[in-house]
Formats: sequence, C-alpha cells, structure tokens
Amino acid sequence: MRHGKYPFVIGFLFAPVALYVTFVIWPYAQAFQISMTNWRGLSAPQWVGFDNYRRLFDDGAFWKAVQHHGVLLLALPLITIAIALFFAFLLNVGGKSSGGQRQGVWGAKFYRVVFFFPQVLAVAIIAVLFQMVYRPNESGLINGVLMKFGLEPILFLVRPNLALWSILAVLVWQAVGFYVVLFSAGMASIPGEIYEAAEMDGATRVTLFFRVTLPLLWDTLQVAWVYLGIAAFDAFAIVAVLSVDGGGPDGATTVLAMEIYRNAFVYSKYGYASAMGVALFFLTLTFAALTLRLTKRESVEY
Amino acid sequence: MSITPEHPVALDRRTVLRRAAAVGMLATPAIGLLSACATSGSDKENEQVAGGTKSEKNPLGVKEDAPIEVVIFNGGYGEKYATDVHEPLYKTAFPKAEIKHQATQAVSTVLQPRFASGNPPEFVNNSGEKLMDFGALVADGQLQDLTELWDAPSVDDPAKKVRDTVVPGTIEAGSFNGKPYVLYYVSTVFGIWYSGKLFKDNGWAPAKTWEEFITLLTAIKGKGITPYGYAGANAAYYQWNVILTHAAKIGGVDVLKNIDNLEDGAWKQDAVKQAATAWAEVGAKFSDKSFEGLKHTDVQLRQNQYKVAMYPSGDWLEGEQKKDTPEGFDYQLMPVPSMSASDKLPATALRATAGEGYFVSAKSKNPKGGLEYMRQMLSKAGAKGFTEVVKAPTVVTAGSEGFAFPPGVASSQAALKAAGQDVFNLYFDGWYKELDTEARTATNELMFGRINADAFVERIQKRADAIKKDSSVAKFKR
Repeated sequence: MRHGKYPFVIGFLFAPVALYVTFVIWPYAQAFQISMTNWRGLSAPQWVGFDNYRRLFDDGAFWKAVQHHGVLLLALPLITIAIALFFAFLLNVGGKSSGGQRQGVWGAKFYRVVFFFPQVLAVAIIAVLFQMVYRPNESGLINGVLMKFGLEPILFLVRPNLALWSILAVLVWQAVGFYVVLFSAGMASIPGEIYEAAEMDGATRVTLFFRVTLPLLWDTLQVAWVYLGIAAFDAFAIVAVLSVDGGGPDGATTVLAMEIYRNAFVYSKYGYASAMGVALFFLTLTFAALTLRLTKRESVEY
Repeated sequence: MSITPEHPVALDRRTVLRRAAAVGMLATPAIGLLSACATSGSDKENEQVAGGTKSEKNPLGVKEDAPIEVVIFNGGYGEKYATDVHEPLYKTAFPKAEIKHQATQAVSTVLQPRFASGNPPEFVNNSGEKLMDFGALVADGQLQDLTELWDAPSVDDPAKKVRDTVVPGTIEAGSFNGKPYVLYYVSTVFGIWYSGKLFKDNGWAPAKTWEEFITLLTAIKGKGITPYGYAGANAAYYQWNVILTHAAKIGGVDVLKNIDNLEDGAWKQDAVKQAATAWAEVGAKFSDKSFEGLKHTDVQLRQNQYKVAMYPSGDWLEGEQKKDTPEGFDYQLMPVPSMSASDKLPATALRATAGEGYFVSAKSKNPKGGLEYMRQMLSKAGAKGFTEVVKAPTVVTAGSEGFAFPPGVASSQAALKAAGQDVFNLYFDGWYKELDTEARTATNELMFGRINADAFVERIQKRADAIKKDSSVAKFKR
C-alpha cells in the first residue's frame, strides 16, 4: 500500500523547497552577509563587521526615511480602508432592499469595475500619470484648471510639507480599488438574514454598518491592514518617478527603498545598502508580527 | 492510523490560509531588490588574449584577429557615430577583428553584473543618468591605465604622440591621482544660454558685470518673460555649476581646487559664499518657483517657447533641443558674469572641459584592442566623423578644422577662444557622488528660497567633512 510513497512525497517537497531556498532564502542570507562588508559591486568585498550598522545610526537620510514609513504606516491603511469600506458598503448593502435582499446603490456593477481600474495599471505608469496631474504649471491637470480661474498654482511635489501627502494620495488612489473588491467579497459572505433581522429591529444604515458589517468583516480588515502596511514599507516606484530630485525636496519624501537604491546604484555602496535592506527587513517583520498579534480577536462565527 | 493534528479545531481552513498569506507577504518586501545583485563577488581573472606584434601600423601591439566588444551610451549623442565612424575605422585597420556593438541607455544596469562576474566588455562609453561610478571603478582596479595610449604615436602623424593631438587638459580631466584612466572625448563649454533672436528683437545685450546682469534680468521681467531658470527636479547640478563658476571668477581657480581636494573649510571660502548670496537673489526675484518640480527638458522647452530667457547648461544643449527649437531661435552662450572689478579672473573666463567619458576595462579579454579603438577615435578621421554626425567638437585639435558649427556651438567655441588661458574645470562631482547629491539638494534649497547662503555652504561643508573622514571612500587629489 505504501509502496513508492516516500519518493512521491520527497519529489513533491524537494523541488519547491529547493527553489524557495535558492531564490528566496539564499539571497536573504547573502544580503546579511553583504551588509557586513564594504562591497562596491565590483571586486571582492572586505569584511567590516557591524560598521555599516553603526553608520546607519548617524545617517540623517535613513532616519528621515524611517520617519516617513511611520507616517505612511499610519495614514495609508487608515485612509485606504476607510474609503474602501465606505465604497464597498455602498456597492453591496447601501441601496434599497428588494425582496428581502439588500442591494447596492444604483449602478454598483459599473462602479465596481471603475474602482478597480487603477489596480490594473503598472505602478510606473501611475507615477508618470500623476506627474501630469501634479505638474506645477499651466500644463498640469489640476494647476491648469486653477490657473484658468486666476488662482495660484499649488506646488504639490515641491513644497516640503505637502510633497509626502501628495505621494500618499497617489498610493491611496491606487490601492482603494483592490480593497473595495476584497471587502465586497467579505460582505457578500455575510448572511442576508442578519441584515434582515437587524432592519426589522429598526436599525439605520449607519447602525447596520457599525454593528453588523464591520464586526463580521474583522478578518478581512486584518489582512488588509497587514497588506497595506507592507505597501507602506515599499512605495519605491512612486517616489522614484514622481518626487523631485529622487525623494526630495531635501529628502522630504524619501523612503528606505529609495535610499537603498541611491546607496547601491549611485554611490556604489552595496554593503551599506544591504545594511539598510536588512534594517527594512526587520522593520517589516516587526510590523507584521505586531499587527497580527494586536488585532487578534475572537472571530464571530455564523 | 491516520495523522491527526494536536488541536484539530485550531487548524481550520481560515487559519491555515491566514498563516499562508502572512508567510507569503513577509517574503515580498523591497529587500528582494537586492537579491538581483547579490553575488558571491567572484573576482576570477579573465583569460586575456596575448598581444600581437608591434609595428608602425600597430604600435600598441594588438592581436589582429582578437574580437572587441564596444558598449555605447545611447543618449544625446546617439550611437551612430560609433557604428558609422569609429567601428569602421577599427575594422579598416584590423580587417580580421570582429566588433561586437551594443548600445544601452542604462549603462550600469547592463554592465554592473558583467563587472561583478569578471567578464566586462573591452570598450565602454560610460555616461548618462545611470553611469557607473568612475571613482569606484578606479578604486577597484577595473580601468585600464591609458598612459600607453597617450604615449603612442598618433594615427595621422607617427612623429606625433597621441597626447599632443588633443586640447590641453584632456588627459588631466580623465586622471585619478595623476594617472589617466578615462578618455573624455567631447569638448564641452559651460555657460548661460539665451536666444539670439529674442535678445536682438528686444535690444538686449549679454551681460558682462553683475550690475549689467541685474539690469538685464529686470528688463526681461518687465516684458513678462521669466528671466532665468533651471530645472530642480533632476538638473540642480546645472545651477551649482553656475554658482561655483562664479565663485572661481571671484576668488580664482584655487577655490575649486580646494573643493575638489576636500580641503578643510573649502565650501566656506568667501568667494563661494558671495556667489551663493548673489545667485540666491536671482532665484528669489527672477525665477519661477514651479521650476523646482520640472525636469530639464521641460524648462528647456519653455526656453524654446520664449517663456524663459536664460538657462544654464553645457553646449550639448543645442543638439539636445534640436527638434524642439523654433526656426531662427539662434542659441547663444554668455559666460557667467563677473561679480566686481576685484575679481581674480576676467569676465571672459569660463568652465570648459572634455566631457563624455570612455574607458577600457583592465580585466576584459582584449584591453589592447580597447586602447587601439581609442587611438582610432582620436585620429583626424575619427574626430571629424564624430563632429559631422553629432555636431559637437571633440578634444582632437585638428578634428573640427573647417567645420561649420550651428550657431550655439559656434558661439561657445568663440567664447572658449576669447577665454584664452582662463579656462578651468572641477571634478568633485565625479569623484564623490554623495557630495554631488548634497550640492544638488542644497542648491534647490538655496535657489528656491528655503535657506540662505550661510546655511548653503554650511551643509555642503558638513557632508564634505564626513566624506573626508570616511575611510571606505577612495580619495582623489589634483
């Protein structure tokens, strides 16, 4: 009966594990190793121990990037989830009820497709698109209109205290569509009887949302939070293409991936860049572990 | 007996999915970026081909049938000059040699892995936004010493060494700690560019002194045209170049030498501060705040539309803008104006250098072939051909004889002639990329009014000091 079971199991386990180790684990391990050297990307690296990490502590750009991740980490999930939840609620249960079944608002199917559009575009294209939107003169999409009305143009990416928020807006714009779909799927699996019963008890839409939809969606929200958090740790392509002077003005929009890129490919400091990469790795890991732990909650069974 | 988990309830489907998702997500963050370039840093020597016999036609002793690989940056100058002029010249001299040609817009992306794995191409045009760091290449011994080339007899006149056929300063521009490693091939003059037509139509004349300059800027502003501007988004170095050129005029060429050599307090020299103060005023009163968010091509286009009067750049500008320049625009160069009568250098002084870097990889299979390729480039035919294709003068003195340049380059060549011996250059941006980045950021801060001249020199000095102390950065002197 068990004849040939082990070769079968090993065959199925070995190949994927080998691939995973070669292409995921090994590069990680190498990044740790490189971060202990002063490799310039050309000839053999020299071992420098924890030198690169000591440098990180004095590196203003590094701390600026970490600080920006902090802002993004709070704002990106909060804003995105709030908007996506609102839209998903309208699309699924926000309309009139017909035949005992809650419906979305009129045209919900159309909106669902429209909301998903940004998700289909490549990040680089989105960044280029928003270059046009944010352009600081009359050829910009927003400023062109403003200037037609004789108003001063808004320097979205140029004013240091506005630039990061402008970039955050792009990230939110791009992410919302996906979470609308995700939350819609979650809402669809909530039994209609619960809404029906709540309605009979005289619940308004607002009560329905906060007392029924939100608690039953908790698991989905948790996943969304972790996902968006990790997106907040990246943001490289948008910052690299969109921001002034690569993370500027004066580092006002820089992120760790941008600094890693700059140190590796502009300054040829691969060792130092790897040390930043390792720092990013631990930041992401800590964030994911913390989120999963803090948001742990008894899920409601139905 | 079947296998049962310890707590069957705990392993419901959703938990499994959630865990799987968490693991999957943890593996995705940006550190993956680095895996692309993670190698064991192998340093195995490439098998180099043995040299051929030296002769009058082959003074470097190239093996006649050894292949050579040429990588060209496909940017402002294109790649046609290589495929149509230089490669055929090599082929004529060594018909049995095979030439492999490659053009790219991202030099480091294409070549970094090849250098890391010990298989670099023979000849490289290292230029553009993604050029490889020359300093790092030199420090790692990747570049072929060009002394042999400069001392070799030239193609056109065997009695003349190659070094005697080029503009003075060419070899120094490509030297690191006194050793020549890079061939800078294109003669480049820096200054402030304006439209000859616009100035003529309005009766404006290029300014020589700072007073004249301010008067000119005021007049232009009165016409509703933005008098002066550069692009902050990616070309802030065009402007630090103007500020430092101005500083050199005020305080003499040693100002720049001190900066390049990372002397203590080099950026805090009075001349730099004076220049920064003067240009900050231009930024505040005569420029446009929105330019900080624009790329160089955007601002250049605005100049072509007569919306910006003056723009700082090198003389590649005319060729770069060729297809956007209206008929009769007539690019003209004006040297950075003098500050006062007590300036150390005359008003005609300017920054000029050899630009567009080419190197031979020391660890390639056929470095001699690379050197010979350069020798052919530096022949009269090579230089003339280049100038005819890209309309830019080379460092070969006899290369542009009798060539009719378009108005912009003609004016920059005239300015170069007028400058005589008062021509200078600076090197810190190529030697210390981090200092270049800091200077760019600080220039935007200064010109768009967020810091003053004191803070400007202070912050760049701080970075220069940090680089000086950093043992992991290779230092250069001139």
